[in-house]
Amino acid sequence: MHVTVRLFARLKDIAGAPELERDVPADATLADVWALLAHDFPAMAPYRGSVSGARNAEYSRMDAVIADGDEIAFLPPVSGG
Amino acid sequence: MSAARFAVTSDVLSLDALTKSVMTHHAGPVGAVTSFLGLVRAENLGRVVSYLDYEAYEPLAVKGFSRIADEISELWPGASIGVHHRVGRVDIGQASIAIVATSAHRADAFAACRYAIERVKQIAPIWKHEHFDGGDVWIEGATAEPDDEGARLEARKRACT
Repeated sequence: MHVTVRLFARLKDIAGAPELERDVPADATLADVWALLAHDFPAMAPYRGSVSGARNAEYSRMDAVIADGDEIAFLPPVSGG
Repeated sequence: MSAARFAVTSDVLSLDALTKSVMTHHAGPVGAVTSFLGLVRAENLGRVVSYLDYEAYEPLAVKGFSRIADEISELWPGASIGVHHRVGRVDIGQASIAIVATSAHRADAFAACRYAIERVKQIAPIWKHEHFDGGDVWIEGATAEPDDEGARLEARKRACT
């Protein structure tokens, strides 16, 4: 399966891009995609406990199963207002 | 046509426009309107701030505002809110966020407005990139977990004290 990954703020800076494409196995979860990124960009690994996820622009649990073509987003701790 | 009640925008914020949009939406008698403007401060944690650059995951931010409005309708039936948030560069003294709350009576309007800003800070996918004298830093606050009951209770407590 193929997914688009959106990254923001510090995560975007670490990856050097606001958006990445990744191929993932069937039944992969958001956490699986996160593990791929943390492998490719070790500086992201410390965010494991504080990052949250979104799937197709809806809040999502990290254990949610994704589908081919999904847009996944990883949100570092937020600071709006 | 009035402005959307929930928006992420690079335009200067207008409390008047937001108030009109919330009033248009509000069903039932309005006896109170409260508002909140969050401004960019010239100082943060001892740093001399030059400006803030805001980034947002826009579609989810707008849904987040709408979700906060739904929570408010449950907590204070009859209260309505609107939220506009800036993205891009926001200079010192300019508003980064505007919130308007309406209700029949003042207590609910004040509570709804305070609850809304607390929840925005907890769950809206928006980030401040602070540019200060000597560098820049991404500000990181809360892990965005909209279903976290503890966070909702904390926001409610702050709204009601």
